Amino acid sequence: MHTPLLKTLLTERGSQVFLGVLIVTAILVPLLNLAVPADSALHVSTYTVTLLGKYLCYALLAIAVDLVWGYCGILSLGHTAFFALGGYAMGMYLMRQIGTRGVYGDPVLPDFMVFLNWSELPWYWHGFDMFWFAMLMVVLAPGALAYVFGWFAFRSRVTGVYLSIITQALTFALLLAFFRNEMGFGGNNGLTDFKDLLGFDLQADATRIGLFLATAFALGGGYVACRAIAASRAGRVIRAIRDAEGRARFIGYRVESYKLWLWTFSAVLAGIAGALYVPQVGIINPGEFAPINAIEIVIWVAVGGRGTLYGAVLGALVVNYAKTWFTGAFPEVWLYALGALFVLVTLFLPQGIVGLLARARKTA
Amino acid sequence: MTARLHRPPGRTVAHLMLWCWALLLASGLQVAAAQAPGDTHHAEQVAQLATAGFGEKERIVDALLEARHPQTRMLLAAFLDGRLASRKSDGKVFITEDADDGVALVDPVDASAAGTAKSSALRKIGTNNRLRKKLKGAIALFDLDDADAGVRLAAVDEMLRELDATTVSALRTRLGVEDSARVRRALEVGLALADLSSPDAEVRLAAVGTLEGELGTAVYNRLKTLERDEPDARVRDAALSGLRHIDQWRRFYGGVETLFFGLSLGSVLVLAAIGLAITFGVMGVINMAHGELMMIGAYTAYVMQLLLPQHTTLAVLLAVPAAFLVSGLVGVGIERGIVRFLYGRPLETLLATFGLSLILQQAVRSIFSPLNRSVATPEFMSGSWQINEVFSLTWNRLYIVIFALLVFALLQLVLNKTSLGLKVRAVSQNREMARALGVRSARVDAMTFGLGAGVAGVAGVALSQLTNVGPNLGQSYIVDSFMVVVFGGVGNLWGTLIGGMSLGVVNKLLEPWSGAVMAKILVLVFLILFIQRRPRGLFPHKGRAAEGH
Repeated sequence: MHTPLLKTLLTERGSQVFLGVLIVTAILVPLLNLAVPADSALHVSTYTVTLLGKYLCYALLAIAVDLVWGYCGILSLGHTAFFALGGYAMGMYLMRQIGTRGVYGDPVLPDFMVFLNWSELPWYWHGFDMFWFAMLMVVLAPGALAYVFGWFAFRSRVTGVYLSIITQALTFALLLAFFRNEMGFGGNNGLTDFKDLLGFDLQADATRIGLFLATAFALGGGYVACRAIAASRAGRVIRAIRDAEGRARFIGYRVESYKLWLWTFSAVLAGIAGALYVPQVGIINPGEFAPINAIEIVIWVAVGGRGTLYGAVLGALVVNYAKTWFTGAFPEVWLYALGALFVLVTLFLPQGIVGLLARARKTA
Repeated sequence: MTARLHRPPGRTVAHLMLWCWALLLASGLQVAAAQAPGDTHHAEQVAQLATAGFGEKERIVDALLEARHPQTRMLLAAFLDGRLASRKSDGKVFITEDADDGVALVDPVDASAAGTAKSSALRKIGTNNRLRKKLKGAIALFDLDDADAGVRLAAVDEMLRELDATTVSALRTRLGVEDSARVRRALEVGLALADLSSPDAEVRLAAVGTLEGELGTAVYNRLKTLERDEPDARVRDAALSGLRHIDQWRRFYGGVETLFFGLSLGSVLVLAAIGLAITFGVMGVINMAHGELMMIGAYTAYVMQLLLPQHTTLAVLLAVPAAFLVSGLVGVGIERGIVRFLYGRPLETLLATFGLSLILQQAVRSIFSPLNRSVATPEFMSGSWQINEVFSLTWNRLYIVIFALLVFALLQLVLNKTSLGLKVRAVSQNREMARALGVRSARVDAMTFGLGAGVAGVAGVALSQLTNVGPNLGQSYIVDSFMVVVFGGVGNLWGTLIGGMSLGVVNKLLEPWSGAVMAKILVLVFLILFIQRRPRGLFPHKGRAAEGH
């Protein structure tokens, strides 16, 4: 188990580059932010650090989607559901940390509950004042949903497009549900106005750096874990399922179990990405469940090149950087660009940027 | 929007002409009217209105009613409309009518034109609620003898609001000579309601008997008080059973109404999904831009209305074929430009067409602005069909149901009775064999996709009549329509029809119990579970081809 993983990580060019760049970034960015004076050209502003942290969250989410789509052929149009659930679990912890500093100053109830005239905390909010419990929920909530959903879906052999459509329906139903005030998650406005995390002020530069490092660490860890799965014996079965599900089943593999565990693991990764995302952007609302966001993740993976993991990371970074730039410079053009990206990549770049680079190297 | 607010100038002209014509006619009769003995009395009463207080005005109205002067109805109607005024200079009372230069005056005694005046030279003769109620009743008394049965019926309804000795005797007299069955029934109900206050228990009992089968609120409320206050046990029991009867019918019609709402929602779903049933169901192509093709259809209706601002009905009727063409052509373009390179790769098709949907949405935002637009509803589709006192259907919902069924039937005809339909089915069942027999499959693919897209455009026109037209119109239906197609069974138009209708009805049945949003969530969850149990939908295709790989 150990040898093949280490061997792939050390010999595979993409993994080398990705992990190298990630480690260098994780060391350089905090240094340039804290040690270099603000007027220097090399200084990295805290805003940039947070933006990079956000991109890394997206990259982790992209890896989660690539793991199921690129390696197992399950096109999920509902990964935002897991991402947002992880985010809400973290948001609930951060809400409880506000305490008496809210607008209404209630020691237990978050502001929106006071506003709705609720007199006590709903049962599912209990325990979220403890960090360990919230972190457990970050993993359990998306994991359990994915497990139950997958258990039903894979057992009844819902595959291909049908599966994609019901994952979309899943996140759509959650979107509608979380919009309701009665759900107890802040309705339309979601959860926001966070103050601190584990006692550290969320606005402080050091906390931002800490969150950035945690995200980089999670991304690195997630990447290695996915790589390990892909390189393992199970990983080969999973690829076999992607290429010919029926044959894998006839040979005697329990296709459903492989799919189910891979799917659940991927959902947990997405949940962790969401949990890291929320303290950095400072808000979580039902908009995160929107099916269109889920499809956008898929396009990150497709642009980067699916089935490679580092391609997913590359795609997430490139597309999101383009999005930030476009929405700043030409807001109307962004949707045209994104739409064109979908069409062109699927028509002309089935292997994504990574495939393009590989081809270029071959011809050179 | 503007077209809806502004009254077309033609109608005002027609109105004026009618008025002039009426004046001419009235002046022809003037000779006879001038000799009528009541004239002086009438004129005196009318003149007093200028200075009378509200209590006095009521007394004058009573006196006018008693005299039954030929012009009284016109006078009362004008009084009710607030078109009665006294001239400040001499205190003379006139009926006023808006004219181009100020106000046209009409003499209330002989209905002759009396020149014009500035509105500042007139003092309006005011009314209050009590007086207006009285005036309505008084006008109804006149209308009770109108030649038109509809007017008589309206008059009876008006009089039922306030029954007193005068109205009851008027109703009773009318019943003696009435020949329209509907008006007779209305009269009987009115008299029975009056009889419920009779001191004689037998009369009350008979009245309750007469009221059987009536469902209106007036009858219901009256029976309710009767059931509470009635001293006679027999009458009380009869009232109680009458109430139960009404409750039963109300529940029944409530159920029918829910069913109808469900069917109309289902029709929208069917319309949205049926184009998809062709592209996805027959061709196996996932077209995520389907919703945007509907949006294009809806915008075609909007453009049609901009082109024909005066002819709402014509614009909507023309929009149907226009939207079919526009969306159909866009559909053919999509097939030739994108989809044909991706046959056999459904997930890639999904992504590419999704990208296309983003482009189309943004294009519409650039061309028409991101704001929602509204498309006017033609007159024949607005308002509602009052079937009885507790049950009415809105015309636009009813037409949507009919329209959905029509589109469905046409599509069935095209697929089953035309040469195009034959080829479409042949290619979808066995592409190789169809090609071997000389079917140009690439052409058929384009036509099929265009057909599905065109139907989506037609659905968009229907949607433009229900909601506002905006760039996000299509997006909100895409999940629903995929659900309907998958629920009904892919490749099966009947499945789509039945699936869509039943989902609509289930949604509306759940709504009162769980709220609208929760109902939608429950339906989605139900569908997710349903697809687990029956991945091939309600009506799966049988045989090997359906199994796939």
